Amino acid sequence: MLPYAHIAILIWLIPVCLFAFLAVFHKQAFLPRVRDWLATGAMGVCLGLSLYMFYHAWGGSALPKTGVSWQLEWFRMAPAEPVRMGVLVDNLTVIMLVVVTLVSFLVYLFSIGYMHGDPKYGRYFCGLLLFSASMVGLVLADNLFMLYIFWELVGLSSYVLIGHWFEKPSACQASMKAFITTRIGDVGMFIGIMIIYWQIGSFSYSDVFAAVGRGSLAGTWRTWAGIGLFLGAVGKSAQFPLHVWLPDAMEGPTPVSALIHAATMVAAGVYMVGRLFLLFDAPTFLVIAYTGAITAFVAATIALVQDDIKKVLAYSTVSQLGYMMLALGVGSYAAGLFHLTTHAFFKACLFLGSGSVIYAMHHEQRMSQYGGLYRKMKITALTFLFSCLSISGFPFITAGFYSKDLILGDTLAFFLRPGHSAHFLLPLFGFGTAFMTAFYMFRQYYLTFTGEPRNPERFHHAHESPWVMTLPLVILGALAIVGGGFKFGPINAEWFESMGRPPSLSWYSGEQITEGGTLQAAGEGEDGAAAEAAGEGRGDPLVHEAHQMAMYLSIVLALSGILVATLFYWRGFTQAPAAIAGAVKPLYTFLWNKWYFDELYWATVIAGTVAAFRISRWFDIYIIDFLVNLAGQLGKAAAWLIGLFDNRAIDGAVNGAGWLCSSTGGALGRLQTGRVRTYLLTLVVGVLLIAAICLAAF
Amino acid sequence: MAIGLEHYLVVGAVLFALGLVCCMARRTAIGILIGIELILNAANINLIAFDRFGTGRFDGQIFAVFVIILAACEAAIALAIIIGMFMNFGTIDTDVADKLEG
Repeated sequence: MLPYAHIAILIWLIPVCLFAFLAVFHKQAFLPRVRDWLATGAMGVCLGLSLYMFYHAWGGSALPKTGVSWQLEWFRMAPAEPVRMGVLVDNLTVIMLVVVTLVSFLVYLFSIGYMHGDPKYGRYFCGLLLFSASMVGLVLADNLFMLYIFWELVGLSSYVLIGHWFEKPSACQASMKAFITTRIGDVGMFIGIMIIYWQIGSFSYSDVFAAVGRGSLAGTWRTWAGIGLFLGAVGKSAQFPLHVWLPDAMEGPTPVSALIHAATMVAAGVYMVGRLFLLFDAPTFLVIAYTGAITAFVAATIALVQDDIKKVLAYSTVSQLGYMMLALGVGSYAAGLFHLTTHAFFKACLFLGSGSVIYAMHHEQRMSQYGGLYRKMKITALTFLFSCLSISGFPFITAGFYSKDLILGDTLAFFLRPGHSAHFLLPLFGFGTAFMTAFYMFRQYYLTFTGEPRNPERFHHAHESPWVMTLPLVILGALAIVGGGFKFGPINAEWFESMGRPPSLSWYSGEQITEGGTLQAAGEGEDGAAAEAAGEGRGDPLVHEAHQMAMYLSIVLALSGILVATLFYWRGFTQAPAAIAGAVKPLYTFLWNKWYFDELYWATVIAGTVAAFRISRWFDIYIIDFLVNLAGQLGKAAAWLIGLFDNRAIDGAVNGAGWLCSSTGGALGRLQTGRVRTYLLTLVVGVLLIAAICLAAF
Repeated sequence: MAIGLEHYLVVGAVLFALGLVCCMARRTAIGILIGIELILNAANINLIAFDRFGTGRFDGQIFAVFVIILAACEAAIALAIIIGMFMNFGTIDTDVADKLEG
């Protein structure tokens, strides 16, 4: 068997070392093109290694279910188990490594063209390397502690790269917004991790799953730990209440949006939920499912009306991430992670395509200024079209169709199961989003690439991008089409399902691996309810029926979405969008303003925070400062009193003793006249007195 | 009336009182010395008287002889002191020589 763990560590070490090197030397150009080609080449090596692992994992040297792990004692916090640094390589890790290194490599390549001539070129590649290293580390981590560290590191590199053009105030604000908003979720994640450590005394995934299997992490604590960890995913994957940072993150360079805010980092939340799939219990799964469904729906409605090409893609990303969460929430592990993979391909392609367009149009991002670009940029337009077809779920030939179909089918199956009729919103939002996705993606395509140029001057200067930019587009566009073909690939007809099987179910007893790859908890039926709800057992007629129905429905919805967009924005009823927008003006304004989420947060959370600051400030000035000053004054008064005591009592006593001695001495000294006769007289008088006393006494 | 011990003692006491008064009243060192001699002799009278009327073993007389010798020595030393005093103060008035005043 291949030394998987060691290759994986190598994949992590290459970008780390190169980052350290570039961080120091990125301003010196003592090697030709050291900054970009070196980074891109290194990432290419990483990609090669990942593909090598991938090939072997599916070619004869299959990974065991428990994965391959490699551990090193790190430190001890308590007399209990030491915290270990470790690497876990299993099927999920391998597929994530391929996605991360592939998209990284292509984005690096694209950036060579896109960022050409940028004054902070070296810094930019440094940031990218830091991100790739952190993301690889996040995928490789075998315990929650390292997961958290890399989780924060990808957040940091995201912050650095969104704020790449930090001289722009909007970029600055966007980077801070992204960092702080995700941080809110991270607090929840931290709490979740702490609950787990407190309950079972270990961070390791295997210990966590074993504890869940034994039942030593159960009940309310398990629910809260799951919800806490999911909160981290809500922040990082831009789910419903915390999704507001992702559209603003588009202030960063477009390749960064493609890499971090479309393909990999935002998928980290989905990856984490998938990785810890066995930890969650039924209530948590419901929370995940509803969060995903609401996110998918809300973001899709906003994307319908946006004008900025990157904003549409950003909301589309949020919406697709919602799909993945929905899939995981209804227990469809394979569908969620399958969609993660295909989404990484087509969304990276869309973002890089939009980058190519923006580059050609001299950083014009409004679609109302585009039009007719197909004539100028055929490669970009075609790859963009393929990705649009894929994300819309164009039947049978695109990757997006298969992954989305799996999600919708499993969601429908979940709803159709007995006792689940209350969850009608999940499939409703799912299918509604499918229609809207097709519509807004093709609206974007038509507005950008067809029709007459609406800004002839810029159009005149537009031209196809250089090969470093079009090559990634072609590769990703191809993967957007054939990525789903793996489902019918020659290696294994159900390969993704088998790959996507929750890792290491056999680690603990009392659970059975079912054919479809989801968890069925024997003996704790309630816990496994959501998990077992969908996908397991291809033989289950209900599931089969649901998948049939979902497939027809999604084909109809995707095609009708594409058709409506075609009629509205290409040929036919081109006046219709304006008319509809005019007819439902309030709704249009509502969507245009993104459901007023930002305004709502300004009015509530941010205003509340500011008010809290004010109160704290008032409290500081008038209470704390008062107390401090009071303490100071009290000290001063006490010091004064003590000084008084010292000066008067202590010094008085000392001086008094001196004075008493000297005055007594003076007084008695006067008796010493020095005259012999006086002494004699005194003597005589004394003797007479004593004699008299003696006589009187006796 | 036979002469008894009381008579001697009275004479000794009178002589002692005279000597004491002489010591206290005279300002010159010589006068004081004379007073001291009177006191010593008063003691001698007492010693002799006690010897005569007491044990009769000559203890008193031996004591008296010692006292006379002591008085002689004392006179010699006292006169030397008086000469030293005169050389220092230019007088033998003891009220002037009050250097021991506190």
